Amino acid sequence: MAVITAPDKTPAATAPRQGRRIPPPLLLNLLALVLGVAVWAIVAATGLVDVPGPLSVGSRALDLLGDGTLAEDALASLRRVLLGFVLGTLLAVPVGFLMGWYPLARGLLEPYVQFFRTVPPLAIIPLAIVLMGIDETPKVFVIFLAAFLSSVVAAFQGVIGVDRTLIDAARVLGAPDRVIFLKVVIPAATPFLLVGARIGLGAAWGTVVAAELIAADKGLGYEMMHAQTYYDIPTIFVGLITIGVIGLLMDRLLLLAERRLTGWQERR
Amino acid sequence: MSTGTSPNRSSGARDRTARPKISFRDVVKTFPLKDGDFTALDRVSLDVGDREFVTVVGPSGCGKSTLLNMAAGLVGPSAGQVLVDGAPVTGPGPERGVIFQQYALFPWLTVRGNVEFGLKLTSLPAEERTRRADHAIELVGLTDFADALPKTLSGGMKQRCAIARAYAVDPEVLLMDEPFGALDALTRVQLQDQLLSTWTRERRTVLFITHDVDEAVYLARRVVVMAARPGRIHRIVEVDLPYPRTEELRLSPEFARIRNEVWTSVYHQQPAGSAA
Repeated sequence: MAVITAPDKTPAATAPRQGRRIPPPLLLNLLALVLGVAVWAIVAATGLVDVPGPLSVGSRALDLLGDGTLAEDALASLRRVLLGFVLGTLLAVPVGFLMGWYPLARGLLEPYVQFFRTVPPLAIIPLAIVLMGIDETPKVFVIFLAAFLSSVVAAFQGVIGVDRTLIDAARVLGAPDRVIFLKVVIPAATPFLLVGARIGLGAAWGTVVAAELIAADKGLGYEMMHAQTYYDIPTIFVGLITIGVIGLLMDRLLLLAERRLTGWQERR
Repeated sequence: MSTGTSPNRSSGARDRTARPKISFRDVVKTFPLKDGDFTALDRVSLDVGDREFVTVVGPSGCGKSTLLNMAAGLVGPSAGQVLVDGAPVTGPGPERGVIFQQYALFPWLTVRGNVEFGLKLTSLPAEERTRRADHAIELVGLTDFADALPKTLSGGMKQRCAIARAYAVDPEVLLMDEPFGALDALTRVQLQDQLLSTWTRERRTVLFITHDVDEAVYLARRVVVMAARPGRIHRIVEVDLPYPRTEELRLSPEFARIRNEVWTSVYHQQPAGSAA
C-alpha cells in the first residue's frame, strides 16, 4: 500500500507511465459511469430483466423534482440524519475522551458501549417506537445511537493512542492537565475523531433510510416503500440513486474537512 | 522559582562546594516484573553543580534515561531523594527543560507554535512572548522556517526546534535524553557545536544522556560512566579540556586519551555481582 501513496514526489517515475497513455482517473471514472448507464439501458431495452431504463427513471426524477416531492423527502431524511448525527457525535467526543483518559470511566462505560455496538441500531426501532411514539423522536434516536456508537470507539482509540512523549513534552513545559487535554490530546486525537465521524455518518445515513422503511410519513425510505405498494419501480430507482448521491456528497465533505484539519500528519 | 540563590553568575561552575543544582541521593528505582522486582537504578548518588555540563554515558539498560526522567519529575524514585536547588522534585516544571530523543514536537503546530507552547503557559504579555520565541528560533537558526510544520523539517531541524522550545521558557536546567542519537554524524557534530556555543553564552546546568563516548567527552566537564544490571555509577571521569572546544581539540591526543579512558570504562566493565 505504501508504494502507491507518494506519486507527487517522483515526477521521473510518472513520466514513463504517461508514455503508456493512461488517461487521468477522473476521465476513467466518467467513462465507467457512461458505460454503466449504457449497459443499464441495453439490459432494460432488451427486456432481459424487468427494470425501467435510464430514460424513464430520468423523467420520473424530473417529475418528482418538479412537484417538489423529491426535495421534500430528501430534506426530511437529511434533517433526521443531521440531527441524530450531530447529537451522537457531540456526545461521543466527551464520552470517548472520558473513557480514554480515566480508567475508572473506561471500566464503567466500556461494557455498555461494547454491548450496544453488537446490537444493530435497527433492532432498537420496535422498542423505540413503543417507548417514544411514531413521530420523529424514535427515528432520530436510532440514528443518534448509530452515530454515537461508531464515533465513541474512534474517540476512545484516539485518546489512548496519543503519543506518550507528546504528553510528557507538554508536562515538562509546565502544562496543567486541562491544557494537556485541550492542546495536546484533542488535536492529537483529531484524525481518529474524523474517521469516527465518517463511519458514524455512513451508519446514520444507512439507518435513516431503513428506519423510514419501517415507519414514516415522508422521507426517501418512505417514498420507496410507498412506491413498492404501487409497483412504481422508477420511483424506487430515483430514491436509491438520490440516497447514493447524497451519501457520497456527505462523505466527500467530511473527507475535505479531514484533509483540512489533519494536514499536519506525516503520511507514510 | 529559585532565582537569587546563586549570586556568582559569572564565575561558572567551578565551585562545586556550593549547593549542587541537581542532587541524587542514594536513589533506587525498581520496576515490578512477574518474577520479582527489576532494579533499574541501585543507590545512585550524583551532584551536578550550578551551570555545570555533565554527560552520562553507559550501556543500554544502565538506567541513564531513568535518571534523567527523575530529574525531570516524570518518574519518581523508589527510594532515596532527587533534589533540585535543595528541594525534592515532585513533578515536572518549566525551570527544568527536557529535550527528548524523539523530538516530541507537536506536529499540528508550526515551529513558532511549538516554541510558543511553553511561553503561552506563562503570564508574559504577548509582545514579550513573541520576542522570546523569535530569539529562541534565531538561536537555533530556524528563523526562515518559523512558519513551517514539523513534517517539512529534517531530523536535525526538528531537534533544533525542540531545543528552541526548551530555551524559550528560559530554564535553569536542561535535561537532554540522547538528543542527537537519531541524527547523522555530520548533523550531530554541528548540533554539538551549536549547543556548546549557546551554553557558553547563556550558561545553564546541563545533564546530557548519550551512548556516544566521543559526544560525552567533547561536551562535558565531567563524564559519568554508568554500569548496567543493576544500573549504577561506575566511575566519573573529569574532562580537563578548556572551553570553547573546537575541531582541533577533538583531534588532539589529549582528547583521545580521555576518550579512550571513558571508552574502556564503558565497554570493559567488571560484571558486578553477575558471576555470583
